Amino acid sequence: MPKTLPKVDVVTVGVGWTGGILAAELARDGMKVVGLERGKERTTADYLHGHDELRYALRYKLMQDVSKETITFRNNRGQRALPMRQLGSFLLGENLGGAGVHWNGQTYRFFPYDFEIKSLTEKKYGKEKIKKDYLVQDWGITYNEMEPYYDQFEKACGISGEENPMAGKRSNPYPTPPMKSTPILEKFKKATKQLGYQPYQIPSANLSEPYMNQYDQQINACQYCAFCERFGCEYGAKSDPVVTVIPAAKKTGNYEIRYHSNVTEVLYDGEKVTGVKYVDIYSGEEYIQPAEVVALTSYVMNNVKFLLMSNIGEPYNPNTGRGVVGRSYCYQILPGATGFYDEEQFNSFMGAGALGTSINDFYGDNFDHSDLDFIHGGVISITQTGKRPIANNPTPPDTPRWGKEFKRNSIKYYTRTLSVGSQGASLPHRENYLDLDPTYKDAYGLPLLRMTYNFTDQDKKLHRYITKKTAEISERMGASKTVPHPELKDYSIVPYQTTHNTGGAIMGEDPNTSVVNSYLQHWDADNLFVVGASAFPHNGGVNPTDTVGALAYRAAEGIKMYRKNGELLV
Amino acid sequence: MADEETYSRREFLRKSGYAAGGLVGGGLIASLITKQVMEEDPKTNPSDPNLSNDHFNDAFMFFTNRDDFRVLASSCERIFPDDENGPGAIRLGVPFYIDHQLAGPWGNNTKEYMLGPFYKGKRTQGYQSRLNRGEIFRQGIQKIKVMSQMEFQKSFQELEADQQDNILSAFAQNKVNMSGTSSAEFFELMRAATIEGVYADPMYGGNRNMEGWKMKDFPGAQMAYIRQIQSDQFIEMKPQSLHNMLNK
Ligand SMILES: Cc1cc2nc3c(=O)[nH]c(=O)nc-3n(C[C@H](O)[C@H](O)[C@H](O)COP(=O)(O)OP(=O)(O)OC[C@H]3O[C@@H](n4cnc5c(N)ncnc54)[C@H](O)[C@@H]3O)c2cc1C
Ligand code: SF4
Repeated sequence: MPKTLPKVDVVTVGVGWTGGILAAELARDGMKVVGLERGKERTTADYLHGHDELRYALRYKLMQDVSKETITFRNNRGQRALPMRQLGSFLLGENLGGAGVHWNGQTYRFFPYDFEIKSLTEKKYGKEKIKKDYLVQDWGITYNEMEPYYDQFEKACGISGEENPMAGKRSNPYPTPPMKSTPILEKFKKATKQLGYQPYQIPSANLSEPYMNQYDQQINACQYCAFCERFGCEYGAKSDPVVTVIPAAKKTGNYEIRYHSNVTEVLYDGEKVTGVKYVDIYSGEEYIQPAEVVALTSYVMNNVKFLLMSNIGEPYNPNTGRGVVGRSYCYQILPGATGFYDEEQFNSFMGAGALGTSINDFYGDNFDHSDLDFIHGGVISITQTGKRPIANNPTPPDTPRWGKEFKRNSIKYYTRTLSVGSQGASLPHRENYLDLDPTYKDAYGLPLLRMTYNFTDQDKKLHRYITKKTAEISERMGASKTVPHPELKDYSIVPYQTTHNTGGAIMGEDPNTSVVNSYLQHWDADNLFVVGASAFPHNGGVNPTDTVGALAYRAAEGIKMYRKNGELLV
Repeated sequence: MADEETYSRREFLRKSGYAAGGLVGGGLIASLITKQVMEEDPKTNPSDPNLSNDHFNDAFMFFTNRDDFRVLASSCERIFPDDENGPGAIRLGVPFYIDHQLAGPWGNNTKEYMLGPFYKGKRTQGYQSRLNRGEIFRQGIQKIKVMSQMEFQKSFQELEADQQDNILSAFAQNKVNMSGTSSAEFFELMRAATIEGVYADPMYGGNRNMEGWKMKDFPGAQMAYIRQIQSDQFIEMKPQSLHNMLNK
């Protein structure tokens, strides 16, 4: 028998970016908030001896232990889904701060186009432009409505950036100036300007100078240590939940985090949720934590898994197209080109997670799609995130994968390649969805989430088009040889791509085609908020977390309103 | 300086944040943090300099006989051979690196999902073996031994380089029959582990004397590049290991 604990105002499932933001905003508003985190506590001091590529980047020290819980995967419904037995394509977070601790910190807003993608596309190109089977829809919120929340999240982080001429309007400049430029970035800037594009420094959560946020938390200045992506920051210079929002919540005295607490169920009586069940993984004891409001802040995969396991909302059925939970799972695609330089050697082992320069000339509808058979596009960037030697062994195409020639070329080109890359937007497709696996179980006896996903025709066309643009830039930068990424084939769970999974519990205006409203409040349980990129109706062509953070601020506002009037907010 | 070194960590980080604002201070912060850690914990600094030169660690944690270890070593050496660019896998300590990795969590798949049922998956579904990596290596090495006797009537480590390459290529091209795994899967694991052993921090047993890093002009576990990142020149720095950092 699980032990029932005293009721609290709000319980969050997981304490990463979204859980941390809700905690800060709601605890400061006077609510009693409990954060249940399956992992352990960690602090800046834990990263001081962490410049170890093997342990952190390759053995995933900071990430989810998939021996306990993973997902299953197949490319299509005809296949048998099998467990993702080791991490690969994306790196799920675990422990205090979640994936927010080991993120890069590239903090872009989505563009006005993203939020009204369907209306804008149909208005300009007609109803036929969005092809059958693509479940593209507007978000139920506009960029202008999102703007104040972006502003709040960026202030919590102290984002370092400069005006991007093609982006949506900002109410305030970036809190801190852009990061330093480097010869590598300058090369990209020069080439893109020559081609008529408009480069700008990537908005960064690696801060250019020390900064105090709205909660009086200090974030320090980035030291360009190059162990950033997949690492925690020993300087407290990368804005993550642990240095920005969680201490703000703790200071109020209204916030308690329980570690090693793995939530196993959201308790639902058919109208409201009453709390969650969790297990203390050290003692093995089970508890029920009743709450006025439950917030799922456990990242895309588990947010969706909880809804399915607890029977909240109608699961998506790809046969009929009915149902919403698990629908519109999206990812991202990575067009790009690698430039090999025979004459120049670059300090590419130096860097920072969000150090880079981008253009948006091929984002959204910033270029004409009249004669193109895809919509949207993606940001094109060069980044200097610090190349480490185990993972980076670039060789020109005909080099064997091992032996003398491999050794020579991988050594030579380690400091002699520059890649121009893109993050291509990903649009929902009828056949790409999440549900529960019928066979495989996690360490708690619960079903694994099953992902059915493949790249679509739209993805392949977008990939081909943007790859060509990146290759042109690489050539203009003066590469001796430019090797464009090969054509997109089947999605594979093996190589790392991005941890930019989205969808499955999407937001919208209509309960028939969305799980949550624009406050991320569940249509079928008004005291349940499902917070994260799970709410994205499609994935944009830049990193997601600025939008995730902004939506968490909006959800926090929604929860405050809900606590006052106790009903659906829209 | 002495004063700064006695700051508490928290205080130090707070101050350093302010200090780094306008100036070049990055490298300074880095070395101060390193120093400060050492002041707090002098015991990690070995008093006898000779102590750090021993190789007690060069012994078997996973392997049980020398012959198997030699087959592994010869294979790694073909993957990353000694040449004019610098030392190969053996001189870099890679076989010991792999031995130690196989004995630990990686070899035992402790962080992998290892519950059944097991099915042969599509390529896009990744690792689906019921075997752990240690078992895959053990079997793969036996197969190499058998194949080299069959083809050349000699042990693998006595073969000419191109004969060894022939055998390894057969594994890489998935032409060798294995149970519960495939020869390509085994070969890819061995290739990946070899590269790790060349470039992982020397504390793991490979990358001896940081020679792997030196070949690539990679300076190891530096604390900061804030002072160099804007340089127009390629910068060669003396590499630093985690052991150096802890004992500076
Ligand atoms: C290597 C890497 C680089 C990235 N770089 C960028 C970038 O540059 N820009 C960008 O925008 N985004 C980036 N991201 C993505 C970013 O990290 C995520 O978007 C962000 O962390 C999501 O926040 P979240 O709160 O939804 O999830 P998380 O921050 O992952 O937090 C979820 C938390 O929930 C906990 N949890 C899950 N299930 C349970 C359960 N059952 N019980 C209890 N607790 C549970 C987890 O342990 C975790 O702590 C990157 C991610 C990775 C891995
Ligand atoms: S690159 Fe900057 S922000 Fe990233 S971990 Fe290093 S010091 Fe911190």
